[in-house]
Amino acid sequence: MSKQLRVNPIGCAGHGLCAELLPELITLDEWGYPLLPAGPVPRGLERQARRAVTDCPALALVLADAS
Amino acid sequence: MTHHATLPRPGRGQWAAGDADGGGGVLPRLMPARAVPVELDEHLGRFGAPPYRGAPRRLIGDVEAAGLTGRGGAAFPTHRKLAAMAAGRGPAPVVIGNGAEGEPASSKDKSLLWFSPHLVLDGLQLAAEAVGSVTVALYIHRNPRLHARLAAAITERATAGLDAAGVELIEAPHRFLAGEESALASRASGGPALPRFKPPRASQRGVAGRRTLVQNVETLAHLALIARYGPGWFRSAGTADEPGSMLATLHQADGRTGVVETMPGTPIADLLRLPAQAVLVGGYHGTWLPGAQAERLPLANAALRPLGAAVGAGVLAALPGDRCGLAETARVVRYLALESAGQCGPCFNGLPRMAGALAELAGPRPSPQAYADLQRWSGLVAGRGACHHPDGTARLVGSTLRVFAAEIDHHAHGHCTGTSGRPFLPLRADPPLDDADWT
Repeated sequence: MSKQLRVNPIGCAGHGLCAELLPELITLDEWGYPLLPAGPVPRGLERQARRAVTDCPALALVLADAS
Repeated sequence: MTHHATLPRPGRGQWAAGDADGGGGVLPRLMPARAVPVELDEHLGRFGAPPYRGAPRRLIGDVEAAGLTGRGGAAFPTHRKLAAMAAGRGPAPVVIGNGAEGEPASSKDKSLLWFSPHLVLDGLQLAAEAVGSVTVALYIHRNPRLHARLAAAITERATAGLDAAGVELIEAPHRFLAGEESALASRASGGPALPRFKPPRASQRGVAGRRTLVQNVETLAHLALIARYGPGWFRSAGTADEPGSMLATLHQADGRTGVVETMPGTPIADLLRLPAQAVLVGGYHGTWLPGAQAERLPLANAALRPLGAAVGAGVLAALPGDRCGLAETARVVRYLALESAGQCGPCFNGLPRMAGALAELAGPRPSPQAYADLQRWSGLVAGRGACHHPDGTARLVGSTLRVFAAEIDHHAHGHCTGTSGRPFLPLRADPPLDDADWT
């Protein structure tokens, strides 16, 4: 099952750590909130994606089953 | 043809329903023929007691055959929500009738609750039976007179032994987003009426952690009639794809407003006195259409969706020729920005900026940057909130930039075609600026 990144926008405080840990997939908007890819996380980046999820200071980033 | 009249202030004014027989059922169905609230004895004389089926699920097949869809704006098939809720495991679900109509341009749910409360309350009981629930509530905006009327109706029904489940009345704050499903679930659990991140949806974990079915009050009233007269009767109004009757709130270019009961597929030109400069379809999360285009369209999702518009909760507003569409929408977008719950970064950063940029476009000689900013921010906020508030606001702004493109050009050259600065689209008189006002 491929995984997709989602952010809980209520929890997200715009720390921006996810974009530092996973620049291949995550960029920040002009206010510092993450812009996530619409598609699934490529296999080769799943480890870094998990790291970004566990290291989010607001615990707002989640790796969900791709719809 | 359809008649309309000034929107009744609860308790006075008059209700004027469409008396159309558009080749199908006779209207009105939901609303009384005269502008007088239907009391219980009259309701029982006309419709009888709620026709309980004696066990859960039995009504769901009729609702499916009728093709009833949610009248709160999303037009989701009602039977699918009922079936999923009836099939779920665990403690019995909670059922809530949603009468929190936060949209300032919409009055149809308030009118329905005022004039035909017992149809809504019948529908609430029948929906509860269909999903096996005995925990039932009606959720409305704070309104002492409506609350008193509904509380009396609920007591009267309990005394008459009509209701299988006791009905609790829950009051919502006067906020645009208070009727959003997750905000409703939060409020009904004793918390603030703030949208929540999904999952879980209310249907999975809602009021007090229990699975919760939320249905718009008009949807429930239709359900109460389908239970009595069946799917064939329901389908004798409307179109094959969008059957039944529907309530709509109309804002005429001359400033008159009213609620009518009409049918999907009715020409917009039969509902609004046209020509108009532009027509707002679907309310403040909706879409502007050029007047000349709207004149040729029916009020039906089949025709509107390809144009990026939707019937939504049935709001139609005809913008008079003497108003500036940019100035009107700028007021609305400012209101929408103030109504952000302030929880999600893209929304609480983006919406006030969008409101500011649109206000600049609505003024003389805006900087070219304002237009580019507005387009960029509209793309940036859409889909990035816990609820659809940013998406709906971006949709309204996007249609404003398309439909009023010529006006934007005029403003760039320092003049405005609007000759009246009097506000046209209704906003709440006193937008609550107190951030704590969510309960």
